[in-house]
Amino acid sequence: MEFFFEVLIGGLLAGVMYSLVAIGFVLIYKASGVFNFAQGAMVLFAALTFVSLVESGVPFWAAFALTLATMILLALAVERWVLRPLVNRSPITLFMATLGLAYIIEGGAQALWGAQVHGLELGIDDVPLEFGGLFVSQFDLFAAATAATLVLVLSLLFNKTRIGLSLRAVADDTLAAQAVGIRLRRIWTVVWAVAGLVALITGLLWGARLGVQFSLSLVVLKALPVLIIGGFSSVGGAIVGGLIVGASEKLAEIYIGPLIGGGIENWFPYVLATLFLLARPAGLFGERTIERV
Amino acid sequence: MFYTEAGQFSTRYAADRRVFRLRQDRFALALLLVFAAGVVPLIGNDYWFNAILIPFLVLSLAGLGLNLLTGYAGQLSLGSAAFMAAGAFAAYNFQLRIEGLPLLISFGLGGLVAALLSVVFGLPSLRIKGFYLIVSTLAAQFLIPWVLVKYGWFSNHNASGVISAPPLQVIGADLSTPVGRYLLTLGVVVALTWLAKNIVRSELGRNWMAVRDMDTAAAVIGISLPKAKLLAFALSGFYLGIAGSLWAFAYLGTVEPHGFDLSRSFQVLFIIIIGGLGSLLGNFLGAAFIVLFPLFLSNLVGLLPPGLIDAGQLENVQKMIFGALIIAFLIREPEGLARIWQKFRARARRWPLRY
Repeated sequence: MEFFFEVLIGGLLAGVMYSLVAIGFVLIYKASGVFNFAQGAMVLFAALTFVSLVESGVPFWAAFALTLATMILLALAVERWVLRPLVNRSPITLFMATLGLAYIIEGGAQALWGAQVHGLELGIDDVPLEFGGLFVSQFDLFAAATAATLVLVLSLLFNKTRIGLSLRAVADDTLAAQAVGIRLRRIWTVVWAVAGLVALITGLLWGARLGVQFSLSLVVLKALPVLIIGGFSSVGGAIVGGLIVGASEKLAEIYIGPLIGGGIENWFPYVLATLFLLARPAGLFGERTIERV
Repeated sequence: MFYTEAGQFSTRYAADRRVFRLRQDRFALALLLVFAAGVVPLIGNDYWFNAILIPFLVLSLAGLGLNLLTGYAGQLSLGSAAFMAAGAFAAYNFQLRIEGLPLLISFGLGGLVAALLSVVFGLPSLRIKGFYLIVSTLAAQFLIPWVLVKYGWFSNHNASGVISAPPLQVIGADLSTPVGRYLLTLGVVVALTWLAKNIVRSELGRNWMAVRDMDTAAAVIGISLPKAKLLAFALSGFYLGIAGSLWAFAYLGTVEPHGFDLSRSFQVLFIIIIGGLGSLLGNFLGAAFIVLFPLFLSNLVGLLPPGLIDAGQLENVQKMIFGALIIAFLIREPEGLARIWQKFRARARRWPLRY
């Protein structure tokens, strides 16, 4: 039983890491209805930029600020050259455009900073701590705390500030928001910049865990089932979905894996999400939409 | 002026409904087919067959499979490569386990297996729409290769999961030379394209387009959404399965499940975006572009002073250009290369007048 709880807690904490990626998606989806496949590439780009700056001798916080500035520039460029020309096009077109964007960012990140694996040290040891007989990784706890802070800050931003109000207005009805004088271009830039910040934090945490390398851009794929289970339009849903995916894939690997041959972590979340879709198409917290002709 | 329909009247409904109503079109198509089947085998060399023509034809077929689903029925999929893998491995097993089964029959059976799997993973499309579907198709993309690697039975207990081509014989003729494999691929692709053209012109194709344009409206006018969507998944899976068999046996010869990974699915998706969603010609144009563009780029780099751009950088640059092209096409020409060709044709019809 103790082993079960250890696996469960390990899975839940790993799930927090998935949630972080998923939050980046939810932000952009909420504000612009774009399913941003390039979020994973942004994670890779942010982490590579940060690591390369640190390795060339820039202090930690200066590197953080510089990378953030780069992500804001990226947001401006995306708004200008991708979103603005594609305004009012179908969601699938926008999705495919972000696929192209992912290719550009991935190629650019590796062309700029090279393809070798970088180690990243955040100063937090990945050692297990003991809590009443259960072992929990210190690093995982740190990641969970970071995620919690991020969610808190984001929900304050969304619910208590003027810019948050405009973001919600745009998400609710783009045309009506424009009619009351909200500047769509600025909103999009802000959202992509915030998503860039989330990508940077995600990149640092994942990078410290896996090493900063190309496979970082693939964590985006693990975030998809998280989004499906949590619903595309809810930050809270992204967290819960992440926890469900993290816990269930670890438990499945331990308890179902040996029965059918192991290595099922790779596909289990997708199958889970597909089954979930059949039962609850809008996710746990997503909004149910009504279709009209 | 080159291209005029003056004097070509349809006097019967059948004549009006032909795929190629104009004499010039029919003539050009016949010329193209004669050239592809009769002249190319005589003048082509092994490099052209192995590195350009065969992959071009197979990728066109794969694009066609995805285009039926995404371009015509409007259901997005990121699992194309998995269905190609399913088709290839199924065809391999039918060849292996049934003595004397003709090659083309086993390709067809492989296609049917892929179609069945495609329907299974398409089931969620009945309840969800849009990009939610990419999760269900990604489930296929990760699950199917995992099963093929994990259970040795599928690759006849080969240690690394590799399968090799069965003897390529059709009605006694040996097609294992480059020319033979080219002709085999060409034959299959032409036949399946002809079939696809007639499917998309039929009631089914029109239902697909109605579902794509607005599924609620389609349901209101009495189109059965489950039937239209699942048939799209089935036919798309069938085409992709056969493309997978050709990819494995006519192009590569030996293949492992990891040859059909996510990047292959993206490649097929890019073919239809660049070529044109909802166009059959677009698949061929897109596939030609995808096959030729990397060759063009590496030749271009070869002209630069050596050492300026190494192979790793070239790959990154290629990736960036592909990404930029995707975005440029979506912005400037959402209907892809096929639309550019159409515009050109319309210009040729009016030339030298402007209107």
